[in-house]
Amino acid sequence: MPKQIDQQIVDDLVSQGIDFVTSVPCKQLAGVLEVIDQTTAIKHVPSNKEDEGMGLCAGAYLGGMRPAIIMQNTALGVVVNTLATLIQFYRMPLPMLISYRGEVGEKVACQVEMALHTKALLAQLHIPTYHFHRPEDVAELPGILAHTQMSKKPTAILTDASFWGAAQ
Amino acid sequence: MIRYDVLKTLLPVLDDSLVVCNIGSPSQELASLADRPGNFYMLGTMGLCSSIGLGLALAQSKPVLAIDGDGSVLTNMATLATIGNNPVGNFVLLIIDNGSYGSTGDQPTYASGKTSLAAVASACGCETVIECTAEETAKVVKDALASDAMTIIVSKCESGNVAVPVIETDPVVIAHRFMAEVAR
Ligand SMILES: [Mg+2]
Repeated sequence: MPKQIDQQIVDDLVSQGIDFVTSVPCKQLAGVLEVIDQTTAIKHVPSNKEDEGMGLCAGAYLGGMRPAIIMQNTALGVVVNTLATLIQFYRMPLPMLISYRGEVGEKVACQVEMALHTKALLAQLHIPTYHFHRPEDVAELPGILAHTQMSKKPTAILTDASFWGAAQ
Repeated sequence: MIRYDVLKTLLPVLDDSLVVCNIGSPSQELASLADRPGNFYMLGTMGLCSSIGLGLALAQSKPVLAIDGDGSVLTNMATLATIGNNPVGNFVLLIIDNGSYGSTGDQPTYASGKTSLAAVASACGCETVIECTAEETAKVVKDALASDAMTIIVSKCESGNVAVPVIETDPVVIAHRFMAEVAR
């Protein structure tokens, strides 16, 4: 059952013109995905792996749409080459709504291993990175999405367990 | 016939189709044969040609031809499941299957062994899958672009490349002129 925060995030996506979403699911993002599937203003094409998803987003962008990708931080291990040689090389805007697994509140120890590398990888790739830790941080989302289009860059929105745990 | 020969036969049937072309030799050969604003050349990112093509076809209504290769599709084989489950009538995926990794020295791919990419595409839910010879390819592509059925074409050709220059056009220029062509 989606929460109010899930609806608010999707409303922000729509209000900022995001009309194409691809995703590889994460438990923390299940509510957002459920709302997206009920939102006719967004075309949702699930992908099998995140680099494939970024290919779909690149094509949708070339075709005149405003794509976004929804993924888990572990997938940063999959998409480094795609970010560098497709999204950044051709200067495509791409907001990445990322479930930041492995932070405080995590129950699966293995998730901590990629959490350790998440911000380092994003910094190495010079990707503007925003971290939602408290529910009120979500107020930044419309501005981040507008900034992504203006700068024509991939941007990362990390959403951790504290954010999802406290959000209504 | 090698890939270059197949590409040459395609030129008269492209019309105003949008073309997404695979990284390396395929894009270089196409650019040297007939550069056009409606060509999107991949300069990096092995495997994603078919994904970019599908995203493009879903986003707008002009016919889209993704010119991919056997090695590239093997790299991103799950793309066929995404394509099969999201059919869109203006999309044609042409897999030029020369049974080798052409851009890296013609090492054999598994498509030259026991693996049939046409059978994989069918098993992934793609409803119109045509395997054809190199010689038949242009006619099959022409008909597929004109039809309302999403079509996957596996063109069986010989391994080999033609020595052509690398693409020096800036990626931002490639994307910019391509998007202008989409909007035209
Ligand atoms: Mg090949």
